[in-house]
Amino acid sequence: MSRIIVVTSGKGGVGKTTTTSNLGAALAKQNRSVALIDADFGLRNLDLLLGLEERVVYTALDVLAGECRLAQALVKDKRLKGLVLLPAAQNRNKEAVRPEQMQKIATALAKGYDYILIDCPAGIELGFRNAISAAQEALIVTTPEVAAVRDADRVIGLLEAEGVNKISLIVNRVKPHMVEENKMMSVEDVLELLGVPLIGVVPDDEKVIESTNRGEPLVLGEHESTPAIAYTNIARRLEGEKVPFLDLLANQGNILSRLRKIFGG
Amino acid sequence: MLFPWNNNANSKDCAKSRLKLIIAHDRASINSDMLMAMREEILDVVARYVEVDREEMEFSLSNDQRMTSLTANLPIRQIKRLGELQKQLQENNGIDLQKIEVVEIDRNEDNAKSNPK
Repeated sequence: MSRIIVVTSGKGGVGKTTTTSNLGAALAKQNRSVALIDADFGLRNLDLLLGLEERVVYTALDVLAGECRLAQALVKDKRLKGLVLLPAAQNRNKEAVRPEQMQKIATALAKGYDYILIDCPAGIELGFRNAISAAQEALIVTTPEVAAVRDADRVIGLLEAEGVNKISLIVNRVKPHMVEENKMMSVEDVLELLGVPLIGVVPDDEKVIESTNRGEPLVLGEHESTPAIAYTNIARRLEGEKVPFLDLLANQGNILSRLRKIFGG
Repeated sequence: MLFPWNNNANSKDCAKSRLKLIIAHDRASINSDMLMAMREEILDVVARYVEVDREEMEFSLSNDQRMTSLTANLPIRQIKRLGELQKQLQENNGIDLQKIEVVEIDRNEDNAKSNPK
């Protein structure tokens, strides 16, 4: 039984595409077959983050227009067996596709893959409705910032209204030292506000940008970084495994901040 | 407190309390489907006792000074007769509360007619 999961956030720039590419790669690494759908028509980027941009020939729109078969449009990742990308069209806007069409594509892919991950565009207009139309589950990506949390709440409401009830939360770009100094909301704070179950916490890390520079998902990197472990853990939790959440403060904190914690309260 | 500069550093609580308010506000205002469903359900209950003028009624959620309130203005056309009401309630043998209410109405029949609940 395959699972169709949409990765969404409402607000732009919180890490939807990075999350989709890393989760796709992590699941494929765990020997799962994964199809990633870029639903951000007109502003596609998933191909770029996966390093597959030069191999895109057809897009989802060509499939819908009958110009190619679905299998022809899928770009296979050569590094990982079982990972494919269905690119979005770049020359059209978000209004080029309708929800029924998106549903058709996702259901067709579900026949051949264990996971269908849909990278949702920002906003709550047609692009969003397209992306969620086929989804059975949703991963909400947010950061501990006011605008991202508010938009996440809005999107959760819309998903529930559409009957997508299996919703989990990924808190991205957590800065442990700021949380420690009460300058940033903690994961617990965000959870309390949004009221959906947590599936992952990803620390803010420069390595994320480095990996996107190279077009190589972090989880494929040779050296294990904290965000890579965080993404791998999310993939394992999706698989039903019970994995404890990372203690982001474990190797953090210099003497000064520890002293301040002791004396400053 | 040993380090007084820590005092003005707590912007996190500020973010959280602001979000609490705005999220409650957003949640109350978005879902028009839910508001419609609630309206119909409330009207169904009211219609068992009185006849409401559906064209003249108002039903709205309003936000005033960060307080969200539900306002329903239901002009009554006609109050149902007690016999009619009892019959309806007997047919609808769902909730116990309703039965209790009928017994009470029976005892003070005159009162009930002029001021049904």
